[in-house]
Amino acid sequence: MQGDAPVVIPGVDGLNLVPSVVALDPVPPQGSVSGGGRPTVTVGNTARKALIETPERVIYSVKRLMGRGLEEIQDELKLFPFRLADDVEAGEVPRITLGELRFTPPEISAYILRQLKRNAERFFGAPVTQAVITVPAYFNDAQRQATKDAGRMAGLEVLRLVNEPTAAALAYGLDRAKEGTIAVYDLGGGTFDISILKLRDGIFEVQSTNGDTHLGGDDIDNLLQAVALDEIYAEHGVDLRGHPGAVQALRKAAIDAKISLSTEDVAKFDIELPNGDRYQREIPRAVFELLIEPVLDRTAGPCKQALADAGITADQIDEVVLVGGSTRIPAVRQLVDDLFHLAARGKKPHTELNPDEVVALGAAVQADILAGASKTTEEMLLLDVTPLSLGIEALGGTVARIIQRNSTIPASATEHFTTGVEGQTNVAIHVVQGERELAADCRSLARFDLKGIPPMSAGLPRIEVKFLIDADGILKVTAREQRSGQAARIEVKPTYGLTDEQVESMILDSFDHAEEDFAKRLLIEARNEAETILAAVERAPESPAWGQLTGEEQAATFAARDHLASAKLGEDQSAIREATLVLDRATRRFAELMMDAAVTTAIRGKTMEAAGDDLGEAVNAPHPMAAAEFK
Amino acid sequence: MLKILDSAVPIACWSCSIGHNDSTLFCPHCSKIQPPPGGDFFQVFSLERRFSVDLPALEHEFHRLSRRVHPDRFARAGENEREWSLADTALLNDAYRTLKDPLHRTEYLLKLEGAEIGEEHAGKNRASEDGKGPKDPSRVPADLLEEVFELNMQLEEMRMARKMGDHSSDEDLSPGPPDLHADLEMAQKKFEGLLGHVDEDLRAQWKVWDEGDAGARLAAQKTMVALLDRRRYLSNLVRDVNEVLGA
Repeated sequence: MQGDAPVVIPGVDGLNLVPSVVALDPVPPQGSVSGGGRPTVTVGNTARKALIETPERVIYSVKRLMGRGLEEIQDELKLFPFRLADDVEAGEVPRITLGELRFTPPEISAYILRQLKRNAERFFGAPVTQAVITVPAYFNDAQRQATKDAGRMAGLEVLRLVNEPTAAALAYGLDRAKEGTIAVYDLGGGTFDISILKLRDGIFEVQSTNGDTHLGGDDIDNLLQAVALDEIYAEHGVDLRGHPGAVQALRKAAIDAKISLSTEDVAKFDIELPNGDRYQREIPRAVFELLIEPVLDRTAGPCKQALADAGITADQIDEVVLVGGSTRIPAVRQLVDDLFHLAARGKKPHTELNPDEVVALGAAVQADILAGASKTTEEMLLLDVTPLSLGIEALGGTVARIIQRNSTIPASATEHFTTGVEGQTNVAIHVVQGERELAADCRSLARFDLKGIPPMSAGLPRIEVKFLIDADGILKVTAREQRSGQAARIEVKPTYGLTDEQVESMILDSFDHAEEDFAKRLLIEARNEAETILAAVERAPESPAWGQLTGEEQAATFAARDHLASAKLGEDQSAIREATLVLDRATRRFAELMMDAAVTTAIRGKTMEAAGDDLGEAVNAPHPMAAAEFK
Repeated sequence: MLKILDSAVPIACWSCSIGHNDSTLFCPHCSKIQPPPGGDFFQVFSLERRFSVDLPALEHEFHRLSRRVHPDRFARAGENEREWSLADTALLNDAYRTLKDPLHRTEYLLKLEGAEIGEEHAGKNRASEDGKGPKDPSRVPADLLEEVFELNMQLEEMRMARKMGDHSSDEDLSPGPPDLHADLEMAQKKFEGLLGHVDEDLRAQWKVWDEGDAGARLAAQKTMVALLDRRRYLSNLVRDVNEVLGA
């Protein structure tokens, strides 16, 4: 946040977007990667370049693999150059081969997060240890947990997972449409989400959400790529499928064509083939739109379901917000217009904020809410929902639902279980997520084993199990045997996912440097604190309270200030802290005088003016601390 | 309300040690967050047990309490307070979800008052249903026996017709024989109308209970349980008809 507005921190290359592409660097000459050192990777735009040169060392769209099991990713394997390690067994977290190494999806994701962390640290000149991370709203429990694991591996404490459409609403909702119902249509690279929210008095209450975690711009790229591959084979007799580098070059051309078709009527393919021929082709927009229609139509179902779940009709939607790069496609906008009858009602979807950045801006707003210290977000609160119903496998393989989809989170349910056999001391519970009637058709989350039930007659124990979905949308379970009062021990075996120990072993920043890093961080923090108080003292003489101090008090303040200023130049963090403390004490009376109510009001008035200056225009929001309007 | 005080266990606030009854999210003395209270959903909102609820006021109170209790407000608090904020918010959300929906609320309050309710309408325990809707003749409300029999025949006929027509096109489902379609649409209207009547009757019983004495309440409870049974039956029928009509 800068002042009242979130800003996007640029990457090393100065660009705001860091593409989620990870490339494993070539093995260094001394190359003893197995000897304990971490492999080095490149992330973002530079990694993207490596896609064409060394495709076997590069991975993209890893989000599609997060929190998914081997059998679930078979479809992805057909469309993406994911190279699974050949020794992966069912039930294990899949590992992907990059060059000579193997990585789980959370590890790849952690490399991306670590890059973002470094970008932020460069920007702030201070360590960044906590983060708010956004996820597709339709992510299930396992996908969320995998995302949190990735954060931990990257050395980040994940304060909150926020659903992407909701984050976008936060970014837009800083001050517009104080009341009303909005729909957020989020078509990104790999996922589609629709969320319907009610805004009221700063409360963003999600009514319903729906989506498809396997639908997005990638699918459009795949279509264009497939068409080109077929044509190249038919016209030139060259099968590029055996040339990963050439396929990636073609894919890049397909993406460029897609992007240009958002503004142009015709896009051109012009690619040199390995045999020296050229594949040249024009794609008129009409042809493109016909080609992608089936993909776009798949977003209609979730939108209708979300409206039905919210108990409203399309005409009751006051605003529609477009999120995700794919919403730049005119055909997508047309579809949204049709779905929500926008043009017919004289409305236009919101596209003022960059659809690639709006989610990150919203995450910053949520982080500001969590930090709790900001006037801008003080009145804002996000009430999100769980996208999928939670159920327990009942007799006969059917599902007994215990928390319905679109329940506001945190949400909980309490269920009672008993034994079926004399003296039984274990009860197994299978938890699933999804809307289907049969457990086998839902997503298996975990199998719980309630252990240590005191031996009793069948049916006598009464085990109370509490299921709680937390504010991140992640399930927590506790159990208690009520007759004996014993807390039953639960052994949770997630169906997919890494154990705590595995995550621990994958933490990227090796512990070797922990101590050194810590000292560095303490120094930076001490300097920051010193900076803050020095700046305050610098402004002190402008304050009316300053005149109320005696000459002696003023002199003592200046002496303490000079002492701290010189300590700050040194490397000794404890000396800086001590000098900070001395200055703090010297200014205590001044601070008390400042507390005067009249003074406080004056400061508030001034801040408001300053906010107006920052905006370069009059603040016309209803209350003085209202947020800046985005342009 | 005396009853609340009777059932409430006095407990001491973890922060200021002053005792308060166990039905509040925050200490009435020092305003610190408390572990999840033991009372019912009505107590979460400081409401008396009543079937009629002022929904705008309920929403307002839900928002007000959410602002205070939500985990977002405790991101930097100690571990205990964070834990309680999570549990309290889950309770608040569960309470709001139950009380804002007329049917959930009716079932919940009937249960609180000790009434036996056959099956919750919200899809819970759907497992015990046959999945295809009402087939068990013993559950058919007597006055509807004939119509339900006829409707089930029509539904079956329509499903068959659909199956046959399936080969011709896999695009939109064929509408089936036109007069059958019309018959089903009529049935749909009729049963939806009956559903509306049940809801009106339920509302009337709410009033009887809310304003009545112990005797009146007991009678109203019985009536409501029967109405809920009927409602569940009708709504399953309507769902089946909608499904077949491809609504």
